This record gives sequence, C-alpha cells and structure tokens, in this order.
Amino acid sequence: MTAMKVEKKGIRWDVWKIISISVLVLYGLFLLYPLIKLLLQAVFVDGQFTLEYFNQFLSRNYYLETIVNSFSVSICATLVTLVIGIPLAYFYQMYEIKGKTLLQIIIILCSMSAPFIGAYSWILLLGRNGLITAGLRDLFGIRLPSIYGFNGILLVLSLQLFPLVFLYVSGALKNIDNSLLEAAENMGCSGVKRFFKVVIPLCMPTILAATLLVFMRAFADFGTPLLIGEGYKTFPVIIYNAYFSEAGTNHSFGAAVSVIAIVITAIIFLGQRFINSKFQFTMNALHPIERKKLHGWKNIAVNLYCWIVVMISFAPQIYVMYTSFQKTSGKLFMPGYSLDSYRKAFENMGRAIPNTFLIGGAALIIVIILAVLIAYLVVRRNNFLNKIIDTLSMIPYIIPGSVVGIALVIAFNKQPLVLAGTAIIMIIALVIRRIPYTIRSSVAVLQQIPMSVEEAAISLGASKLSAFFKITVPMMANGILSGAILSWITIITELSTAIILYNLNTITLTLAIYVNVSRGSYGIAAAYATILTCTTIISLLLFMKVSKSKEITF
Amino acid sequence: MSVNIKIVDAVKKYGDNTIISDLSLDVKEGEFFTLLGPSGCGKTTLLRMIAGFNSIEGGDFYFNDTRINDMDPAKRNIGMVFQNYAIFPNMTVEKNVAFGLKNRKLPKEEIEKQTDKFLKLMQIDEYRDRMPDRLSGGQQQRVALARALAITPDVLLMDEPLSNLDAKLRVEMRTVIKQIQNTVGITTIYVTHDQEEAMAVSDRIAVMKDGDIQHIGTPKALYQRPTNLFVATFIGRTNVINGELKIKDDNAHLVLPGGYEVLMDTIKKEEMHDQKVVASIRPEELIVSEHNTDGIKATIDDSIFLGLNTHYFVHFEDGEKAEIIQESKIDSIIPKGTKIYLGIKTEKINVFSEDGSRNLVTGVVNDNDVYTK
Repeated sequence: MTAMKVEKKGIRWDVWKIISISVLVLYGLFLLYPLIKLLLQAVFVDGQFTLEYFNQFLSRNYYLETIVNSFSVSICATLVTLVIGIPLAYFYQMYEIKGKTLLQIIIILCSMSAPFIGAYSWILLLGRNGLITAGLRDLFGIRLPSIYGFNGILLVLSLQLFPLVFLYVSGALKNIDNSLLEAAENMGCSGVKRFFKVVIPLCMPTILAATLLVFMRAFADFGTPLLIGEGYKTFPVIIYNAYFSEAGTNHSFGAAVSVIAIVITAIIFLGQRFINSKFQFTMNALHPIERKKLHGWKNIAVNLYCWIVVMISFAPQIYVMYTSFQKTSGKLFMPGYSLDSYRKAFENMGRAIPNTFLIGGAALIIVIILAVLIAYLVVRRNNFLNKIIDTLSMIPYIIPGSVVGIALVIAFNKQPLVLAGTAIIMIIALVIRRIPYTIRSSVAVLQQIPMSVEEAAISLGASKLSAFFKITVPMMANGILSGAILSWITIITELSTAIILYNLNTITLTLAIYVNVSRGSYGIAAAYATILTCTTIISLLLFMKVSKSKEITF
Repeated sequence: MSVNIKIVDAVKKYGDNTIISDLSLDVKEGEFFTLLGPSGCGKTTLLRMIAGFNSIEGGDFYFNDTRINDMDPAKRNIGMVFQNYAIFPNMTVEKNVAFGLKNRKLPKEEIEKQTDKFLKLMQIDEYRDRMPDRLSGGQQQRVALARALAITPDVLLMDEPLSNLDAKLRVEMRTVIKQIQNTVGITTIYVTHDQEEAMAVSDRIAVMKDGDIQHIGTPKALYQRPTNLFVATFIGRTNVINGELKIKDDNAHLVLPGGYEVLMDTIKKEEMHDQKVVASIRPEELIVSEHNTDGIKATIDDSIFLGLNTHYFVHFEDGEKAEIIQESKIDSIIPKGTKIYLGIKTEKINVFSEDGSRNLVTGVVNDNDVYTK
C-alpha cells in the first residue's frame, strides 16, 4: 500500500530503495572516490601517466626487503598466535579453569590495548635498560638476547594478537556438539589424538578466518615495528615514512606504495577465501561441550598454562600502569610516587580526552546506524543494488589502516571538498575502518529474527519504515548494543589511520600516548595509557552487563 | 561377538542429588533391550553410564565377565547412535563410516571392505561422497547407524535415535533398525520415551520412573499385565476407574461405578479380601451395547472415526470420563447424547490396589522382581 502511493514513472520507489541509493552514494564518496584518487595519484604526475614510483619501489632492494621482512614477521607471529591461542581456547572451553571469567577479561584487555603500548612496555621491561634485563644482568650476570628488531616485533605481535585466535576458536568450540566428541571417543579416538583428528578439523574454517585476521593485523601494524623494530624495517613503516617524507602536496610515492599494499593484502584475502572454500560445512550445537573438572597434575598443568600465557601478555600493561604513578624527571623515571604524570597529561593535551569521546562517540553512532541499515538491506532486500553494497562493505577489510588515511588525505585536502585536518575526516576514517565488523555482527543478529514478525506488523497497518524501527530494531537492540560496545573499544584504540589524519585539535588518547612515547615523555604516556585502559575496562564491564553474558565473541 | 550386560546396584549422583539408586539389570546376549520412561526418569543417564560418558558413583557394570566401570569409553568397544546423530559435518558419508575403523589402525583393504559392507547394508552406498549437510534426516540416521556398526562393536547403544525424524520416517526407520539388529545379532540397548516405538522394536523393555525400574518384560507382558498403575497408564492408553473388590462365596466381584458388578476369576489368591481398588480398563476392553442394560451406564460425548476403529468418548453417571475403541461397523456411528451400557472383557482388564502399587491380577511377569526381592 505504501509503495503504491509514491509510485512514479513506473519505478517502484520505496523507502528502502532510497536508503540503498544514499548508502551507495556515501560509499562512492568516502571509499571509492578516495581509492580512485589514490590510484590516480600513484600513476599520474602533472597529467602524465607514469609508473615511475612503482619502479622506484620495486627496483630498490631496500624497499623490497621491507616486504620480505613484513611477510616473515607476520607469518611467524601468525604461527605463534595459533600455537598459543588454539590450546588456550581448547583448555578454556573443555576444562574448568580457576577464575575463568577474570581470565577472559584479561585476555580481551590484552587484545584491546593499542599495539604500540605493548611494544613500549616490553622495552621498559626487556629493553637495553629494562627492568628485567637490568635485574638479570645485575643480579645473575645473565645477558638476555636483544629485544629490538625481529624478536621484539614477533614477541609483541604474538602476545597482542593471540587473544583474537582465542576468541575465534572459543566461538567455534562452542558450536561443536558434545556428541561429536563423544562419538569420536566411542570409536577409539580420544585425548590428544581427538584434538588433532576431530577438534582441529571441526574448527578449521574458524582457524582460517582467525589466521587471516591475525596475519592482516600483523602485516598492517606499524606502531610496533616503529618503536621496537629499530633497523628491522617493515612495509607499513615504509608507507608511513613515504607519506611523511614527501614534501608538499605530492604524495605520489606514498600513493604508489599504498597501491602495492592493497594488491598484496587483496591477494592474501583471495587466497584465504579459496582455501576456506575447501572447508565448507555447517554445524550447530544442541548440546554444547560441558567443561570438565580435571584432577591431579593435568589440572595443575592446564591451569598453569592458561594463567602463565595470559599473565605474560598482560604484564606490560600492569607495568605501564605502575609507571604512571612514578615520579619522573625528563625521560627518566625516578624513585618515589606522584600524580605528576597525570597533572602534566591534563595540562599538555587536555583536549585528548574530550576528543576521544566526541570523535569516537560520533563515529560509533554513525557506524551503528549505517551498519543496521546496511545489514537490513543485505539480509532482507537482496537485490542487485544491495549486492553491490555488500561487496563494497567488504573492501575496508583488506585495506591497511594507514592506506585508508593516505587515501582520505589525498581525496579531501583540495577543493571541492576540504576535510583534511578536521574532526570530520577522523570520524569518516573511523567509520570506514570499523563498519565491516559491525555490519557482519548486525547481519548475524538480523538473520536470527524471522521476517514474518515484520510482515505481521505491515499487515496490521504499519509502514515499512515504522515496522523496521518499531519491531525489528527493538528485537535487534541487545545484539546491536553489545556489538556497539566492542566497536567503541576498537574505535578508541585505533591508531594507524588516525595518525595520518590527526592534528593538535583532533588528537585522541591513543594518539597522545603515541606522541608522548615518541617524544620520550614516558610518564605522561603511561598516564594516558592508564586512562585508556580504564576506559576499556569500564566499557567491557558495561558490555557484560548489557549482553548479560560472561562470554565475549566478535 | 555379542556380550551380555550385567549391571549390579548402579548409583548415579550429581552432587548430593541421587538420580539413580541401586539399579540392577541383565541384558541377554543379542537382545534388543529398551529403556523406556518419561523424560527425567534417568534412562539416558543410565545409557551414558554404560557408554562411559557419565561417571559411575556406585555398583558394577559388566560386559560378560569384564568389569567396565573404569574402562576408557574408547576401549569399551561400543557402537553408539546419538540423538542428533553426531555425524562429523566436515567429513563425507564414507569418511564418517570409516572413522572408527581408521582409529583401529586396520589395513586399508580391511577398512574399505568393512565400510563398503555397512554402506550397502544401510543402503547409503550412493551417497558415500556426499557431505552430511546434503543428507535428509533419515539418511543421516542411516549414516549414524552404519558408522556405529562398522567397528563391529560388542554392544550397540542408541539414545532416542528417532526423535528428530517426522512421524512417517520414524515408523520406517524403526523397522530398519529392528531388521539390522536382527541381521547383525548385536546386543542393543535403546532409549526412548515413545512407548509405541519401544513396543515395535524391543525384545524386552524396562519401564523406568524417577531413576527406578518399574517393570522389565516383553511388550506383551507390559501391555497386558502391567506390574503397577504407572506402567498400565504409561504403556498404551487406559481408563482408570475406581471400584471395589468384594468377595462373595469365594468368588471375587469387581463393583464399578453405578453399582455394576462383574465376576473376576483372575484375582490372586492372597488378594482375595474386600478392598478398594483401581481398575485399569483399556479402551478396547469395553464393549458398547445400546440395548442390553447390563453394564456401566454411560452417555456418548463425542466420537472419532479413524477407519479401522471408531473411538467413543463417554461419561459415566458420576461424571467420570472414559474412552472406548471399537472396530468400525458398517452401520452408522452412535450419535452424541445416546445412553449406552458398557460391558467389560474381564479376562483382559487389570485391577490394582488402591494406591496403584500392586497388580491384583495373576499372570504378571516382571523380570525386575529378581532384583527387588
């Protein structure tokens, strides 16, 4: 009935079609346009087509080496996270672990600190004059291997990213029906053998997804190698340097490197999809696995493994919090305690805190509204336009954060639309970065709600839009809200895009930490980091309260 | 290679909560034995104790002479069919069936031969390369059964295997299960809450309630001579009618509502005394008569014509309701409101003590009595 009223020129215009087109326009303007500009910038100089910048990159060993470095450190880090994370998830879901709720909160906190905080605090602990290095050297004369370079990046990335594997694989394990494990045991396959022959194959699609995610994060991360890599240069560092070392408005080399980065990540993404297509099957658990209580040495070993791994990765954050209360003098921490670091933090970059909430909050609201609308279009209005939207929404998955930043600067630093240096561009960047994840979780929520509920509302006289807002959205609310809190945490810890777009007026907490670490104001950085961690913890507790569950999945 | 199963004084506790106490049971070699009972009666718990997935808090479980209490589930040589089939979703039909064989490290040809045999036996040969999500419920059921049997287990355990199927398939699959069990000749313990299914497949049935076995017997014994009122009402449909037993001249008379009296010559000797009783009269044990005035007076409330039989719903003069099943007749169905008289097939009905705990009629065969006395 509603559609009839607005029928014009033979095309059926309904509200959802208008929304589809609006969303497409937004994607075109803020995603496709910047990416096209980026590509043009890379191949056109003064109106002339040239591959010079690609040539410049590909012909120099110095640059190519960074790709090799990036691959080797990312592959190693991915393998280590799998080796740590899968057993951890398995133990966590199969057995009773002491303090398992606290354990999970800490695991999530580990994954949610900004990456370079890990790097920075490991330097404080294991660096040349680090707490542990110095302690071992002075007390026992033991010299630890250097943490700078490959080892350090590997350590930091592994400890930072294994929680993702843990969360993904935990989710998959929850989907395994207990009877599958019992059936295996029944047929003579138990213990370690069952883990490798049944559990791992059943989790394979999830393990592959986690592998991709971890690899992409490791590959795109540049805070860590910048701080702890020293001579060991990785690809994202080159992107960042190329962008900032280029004088004036000519970002061509940075653009060319960005294009290469997108090509590499796209290949990896497609490769993972291809492998994944070999492991397609559906599963649902009527009787999820029940945690068993272990006894004797097995119980001790499993508990020790879980807690030691988790505490090692959480140690840096605790140490950073501790140093935030130490007295400082210039770059050095002094004996004694004070709140000076906090006082200075508020004096120097007082804007950072309100900015974090304003920019992050605005981005969050836009992400939620757009994601819910897009999820609805994709799930309920499956037509050609919306298929395009679905595909477009996947693009930000494969684009490294710093490349998003560079593309946005290139597109919006000149007329007709100047946004560079404003809070708006920061918000746009955060929305682009976060929206694929939120769409995916909204789609999952929406698929659980039968269409018939909405149809009932329409048949009772509600318009399409009011049926959506009065019936569907409230039913989705719980899922949306819990997804939103997780988005919030990722938004406030985002670094790689924001670092390219920020200025003093739009600086946020995460950026403030980074700036202070690079200036050597470790005390102030620690104070900001503590504030950020507390914000994250409060958000997490809120999440648990809202979603009424002790289990967190992404 | 089948075994007999002996359970002596089994105890199952969850914390302080005792689910099963002192339960004993013998399952003969090659027998199809069913644990039947309402949900929560402990039947699945008992099955999982046999399988090794539930801990055993007391008692002894034997396969032949081997005590299996502390044996690893993987070593018990049990084939198990789960309620949701538990088919590995990431393996083809063939790989599912071969899974248990591969774990035994059998030679390759042996595995292939055995897998083939059971794929053919269960008639799923043509789906061997399919993934499970492309199978119907009935086909998945066949895969689960083939997989359980392929390892030539000593015992086959089935946990409500048909509960996820639709009614028609359920009837079809229970015939398949019975036939396969006959062919393979394996000792089988089957769990279900569906009494009709239990009757259709079992050699013997154990009716359970609140963790206790009430009655063990053949389907015929359970239906015709249930040991107590619970079994009478749980197995098949029945009308429960309060009455009195009166002894006159050494003969037992059952006095029913409205004063109708019938002579009962099936009452046990030791029960021959005046007492209040509960009669269990199955719908087919009542005889409708419109003209003869000898019987319980009743009025027809409603009728259902089901082809072979016609069901009548009636109420007695005291307001109690009852159901009657009659073979459909060619003349018209008795209209609502008609006053009728109900005769009784006295040799068939059961009479219980007032509390329903004892059957007063001779001929009860309860294999469980061995353990309780």
